[in-house]
Amino acid sequence: MDLSYTPEEEEFRARLREWLAKVLPGLPPKPSPDDWPGRRAYDLGWQRMLYDAGYAGLHWPADAGGRGATPTQHLIFLEETEKAGAPYVGANFVGLLHAGPTIAAEGSAEQRARWLPPVLRGEEVWCQGFSEPDAGSDLAALRTRARRDGDDYVVSGSKIWTSHAEVADWCELLVRTDAKAPKHRGISWLAMPMDAPGITVRPLRTLAGSTEFAEVFLDEVRVPVANRVGEENDGWRVTMVTLSFERGTAFVGEVVACRRVLGELAREARKNGRWDDVPLRRRLGRLNAEFRALWRLTQWNVSESERSGGVPGVGGSVFKLRYSRARQDLYDAAADVLGPEALDLDSPWTLDRLSSLSYTIAAGTSQIQRNIVAERILGLPKGR
Amino acid sequence: MDFQLTDDQRALRAGVRELLVRRFGREQLRAAVDAPELDRALWRELGEAGFFALRLPEAQGGVGLGLPEAVLAFEEAGRALLTGPLVATHLAAGEVPGAATGESVVAAVDGTLVEWLDEADVVRGDVTGAVPMRSADPLTPLHRVSRPAPPDPVAALLTAAEQLGSAARTCELAVQHARTREQFGQPIGAFQAVKHLCSEMLVRVEVARGAVYAAAVTADPLDIAAAGLLADEAAELGARDCLQVHGGMGFTWESDVHLHLKRAWLRARRGQSAAEAEEALAEDLVAAAPGPRT
Ligand SMILES: Cc1cc2nc3c(=O)[nH]c(=O)nc-3n(C[C@H](O)[C@H](O)[C@H](O)COP(=O)(O)OP(=O)(O)OC[C@H]3O[C@@H](n4cnc5c(N)ncnc54)[C@H](O)[C@@H]3O)c2cc1C
Repeated sequence: MDLSYTPEEEEFRARLREWLAKVLPGLPPKPSPDDWPGRRAYDLGWQRMLYDAGYAGLHWPADAGGRGATPTQHLIFLEETEKAGAPYVGANFVGLLHAGPTIAAEGSAEQRARWLPPVLRGEEVWCQGFSEPDAGSDLAALRTRARRDGDDYVVSGSKIWTSHAEVADWCELLVRTDAKAPKHRGISWLAMPMDAPGITVRPLRTLAGSTEFAEVFLDEVRVPVANRVGEENDGWRVTMVTLSFERGTAFVGEVVACRRVLGELAREARKNGRWDDVPLRRRLGRLNAEFRALWRLTQWNVSESERSGGVPGVGGSVFKLRYSRARQDLYDAAADVLGPEALDLDSPWTLDRLSSLSYTIAAGTSQIQRNIVAERILGLPKGR
Repeated sequence: MDFQLTDDQRALRAGVRELLVRRFGREQLRAAVDAPELDRALWRELGEAGFFALRLPEAQGGVGLGLPEAVLAFEEAGRALLTGPLVATHLAAGEVPGAATGESVVAAVDGTLVEWLDEADVVRGDVTGAVPMRSADPLTPLHRVSRPAPPDPVAALLTAAEQLGSAARTCELAVQHARTREQFGQPIGAFQAVKHLCSEMLVRVEVARGAVYAAAVTADPLDIAAAGLLADEAAELGARDCLQVHGGMGFTWESDVHLHLKRAWLRARRGQSAAEAEEALAEDLVAAAPGPRT
């Protein structure tokens, strides 16, 4: 067990720090949370800067245009960018963290060449069209269907809770290509261009008041068969690859962010006098233990995947379960530190508290994660 | 960074587990419940295996390993519910004659309690006027003392390692039971309420494991404080959930679950209190340099 970094890793960290110190002061101001085109431009701009500096797709394999960096270097990257207060992946989330890695792992040479470079260069945004109104946790129950017509699939149905759909160029889309097969067997994974005729995006308002996700209606949308990643009807397996990326690595940077936010909260409590409230202070101390441990678990998982060299395992579910709750505990504690101010929508704490509520739902609810841990790690029997 | 066990560490852990299965398996454990006295032969065997001298430099006749290895050995001890003043004797190796080899049994004052006072050859700390208690843990005799000793971070870490081992074991016991016990025509582990208890147990174990192992590597007092909090939580809640999964069986003296629960309670009393650990970790938050908010 070794928590020290090699000289190469330290060197990588030092160069990254230097670069961040140089570029961050010159960044344009952040657009407002509801300015979606502004946010897209801002996030893509940041991605382009990363690309030009050689930091794009660090954790992607080299033959997919990535840097082939070790998971540890990726961890250092997330740690340092977050510590420095650099922009988060934002609109590039799906492209960089799950569609991209999935195409890198499962796509053909042409598919990789077509879709991966624009993600890395900050030119195209992806969204995820998995969930449907009647297929959320039971994702394999999806009904959006694709019928073959010459070289195209003709897709009809609807998707829901699609994050960033309004500003996306591509959608990783799950469709049913065989209605008669058992439900896990008849699914295919397609890359759908979001400007194709027949697509209607209707933004949904979240409880935080914003429109970060949308409903997507698909009416006879033509998607080339060449856009299918993996074999026809083998999409469920591809989906599992995508979900393991989504749960395996997607939250790493956020733990660093939570540790920073917790420090800020403590200093806020010192300023406003709530620090003298012993139970509240102790709660913050316990949250410190919590986020330290989550960081250690992250280092553990990263080291494990570095050794196995493969796709992140179901350990991501263990992490997600605990992290999503801890994040909510953090913002609940913040509300107690802030008092009445915690009801002010102009306070960033309030918006962050509201958005923390999504963590136990998005990317698979906590109930579903518990089923995964129980059945896939502990080997308990499947429920009926 | 390679935060995984080395091959040597895996081998060490397997060796300790094998020794404890052979010498302190279920039968010996239950025998110890009926006659709670220290097995001196086992104590010497532990000494020979290097359990107490693990961190003592080779020049002093020790094994010359570090805290991470000690933590792995104590995790196994916690799993097996091994009895005796293990932490106190381990810490006395090289300081108290015979401790390193298991010839001596060393007890120590921890907080206001002393474990195994009557069986000890040497006692560290002031035990004048020590009053025997009827110990809640049938496997650990206890005395109360009036002059508390300050907590030792290494003792706290080794205790956390024992808690981790116990938590991992109760998770395993619960899962085994849930796989085999049938109600309503199926194993109870197929019921989601049971399944979710078990998965939360595992999550607590894994979070505690990361914290305990990291603290063993850094030996940082705050890392140890955090590890203690999470390992206590994993052990205490783990034993409770294990009891729940076992139903009426879990509430019996026959089942081992209560032994884990009671020992977890006792260990949680050792060293720094939860309040002190939380205060130290809170202080750390305001001591750290301010960062920007995004
Ligand atoms: C902020 C946010 C962003 C999202 N972004 C996207 C996106 O970009 N793309 C996308 O495809 N999806 C996205 N989702 C959808 C998300 O993946 C689903 O909301 C989630 O999987 C739950 O599905 P559901 O909403 O249909 O709830 P349901 O599946 O209807 O579940 C409702 C409740 O029932 C419980 N439940 C359901 N089945 C079980 C079971 N077997 N055992 C126990 N409890 C059960 C659930 O835990 C939940 O509490 C997003 C969601 C949120 C909140």
